[in-house]
Amino acid sequence: MFGTLMALLRRDLVLALRRPQDALTVVGFFVVVVSLFPLGVGPDPEFLRSLAPGVLWVAALLATMLSLERLFSDDYRDGSLEQLLLVPEPLGLLVLTKTVAHWLITGLPLVLISPLLALQLNLRPDEIVLFMLALLLGTPVLSLIGAVGAALTLGLRGGGVLIALLILPLYVPPLILGAGAVDAVMHGASAQAHLSLLGALMVFALFGTPWATAAALRIMLD
Amino acid sequence: MADRGIQWFRFTAPANFYDLSGRLIPWFAALTVALFAVGLYLGLVVAPPDYQQGDSYRIIYIHVPTAWMGMFLYVLMAVYAAIGLIWRIKMAEVMAKAIAPTGALFTFLALWTGALWGRPTWGVYWVWDARLTSMLILLFLYLGYMALHAAIDDRQRASSASAVLAMVGVVNVPIIYFSVQWWNTLHQGASITVTEAPTMATIMFVTLLIMTLASWMYAIAVVLARARIELLERERNARWVQERMEERP
Repeated sequence: MFGTLMALLRRDLVLALRRPQDALTVVGFFVVVVSLFPLGVGPDPEFLRSLAPGVLWVAALLATMLSLERLFSDDYRDGSLEQLLLVPEPLGLLVLTKTVAHWLITGLPLVLISPLLALQLNLRPDEIVLFMLALLLGTPVLSLIGAVGAALTLGLRGGGVLIALLILPLYVPPLILGAGAVDAVMHGASAQAHLSLLGALMVFALFGTPWATAAALRIMLD
Repeated sequence: MADRGIQWFRFTAPANFYDLSGRLIPWFAALTVALFAVGLYLGLVVAPPDYQQGDSYRIIYIHVPTAWMGMFLYVLMAVYAAIGLIWRIKMAEVMAKAIAPTGALFTFLALWTGALWGRPTWGVYWVWDARLTSMLILLFLYLGYMALHAAIDDRQRASSASAVLAMVGVVNVPIIYFSVQWWNTLHQGASITVTEAPTMATIMFVTLLIMTLASWMYAIAVVLARARIELLERERNARWVQERMEERP
């Protein structure tokens, strides 16, 4: 079983590496959106600093959301998703593997590029480290919840817009906890509670969402 | 066994449901009108003005029932959706779909009346109060459910897919609620909360109860009516639909 999952993970990663522009577009989007904010609200460093956690997190949410459509749609189009449903392993685990691959391709680059953007928005080094940590815990949640939405909108007209309506309300808890962690440190409090809850949320999502995604895939490919 | 009590499963058959709901709807509609009339009379005329808020507090008689209904109907919708998904009971799917617009309407009304109430009491139409914010997100969840239902052409698939969404949503509702509450206490030093009701007078409580009952009756009547239409559309080729359509003048 482990071999099957590893093979699936390797396949998804190789496919993504052969077309790196897909992942890079998401990072590009993240960078551009964050860079536009100062142009909109003014260059005052202190103001930008207070805005930074929210802006960075919302941009990360949107970037993840835009990348979700690609999670299943390519496999759906060339038929390999239907083959995946026939694999004897539990579909939940296969879905989880695909989601992990998706996170490695899109979530991890966001985490890696984020210090640069945080620096632009005038965060201090210790806050940046914490922000990365929060993003490291939070982006898997985004990918996991997003996978449910991606499966539910598979093959629908205007699926890209619909997925925003389905998924963004569910992104509220990671947004609050993630931005709150950075905010707490900026105000001299401990971010431990936020990070613990974010970690709990990740474990919960890790446990629950793959099965919902699997159920959704079965329904949509029925 | 079989002849004891009412056979509830009988009403999961579309034809039986159609007939029964057709007979019940006028009663629920009449109760809605009667209860609203009594409740509004008590609330607007009989109940004394609040010593702090004057007459503006009277919006509570609309606001609180609608907020309750908005939240409760979401759970009810998710329960029906789960029953439909797990046991493949067609009526449950129809009911889940029929509840969504009413729930969204109540949630919207709760937000709207909350805004109207906020203006005289807080001085602004909208504050990012924890309750208001979580109601807003609840409205988004309703809209997402309805949008997904509408986007899928195949009815069976639409029901199943949106059932998954409703179930994911209902698990998330408490998480969202608590995280919003926590966010609110963190971000706003002097958070504005709904002023704690000082031991509510009996007349206020009774009025609130009547208004809530009236909202329930309204919800039942409208949901049943919507479910009937949905049922006719789904089963338009079934014989019982043909028969009943021919009976009509």
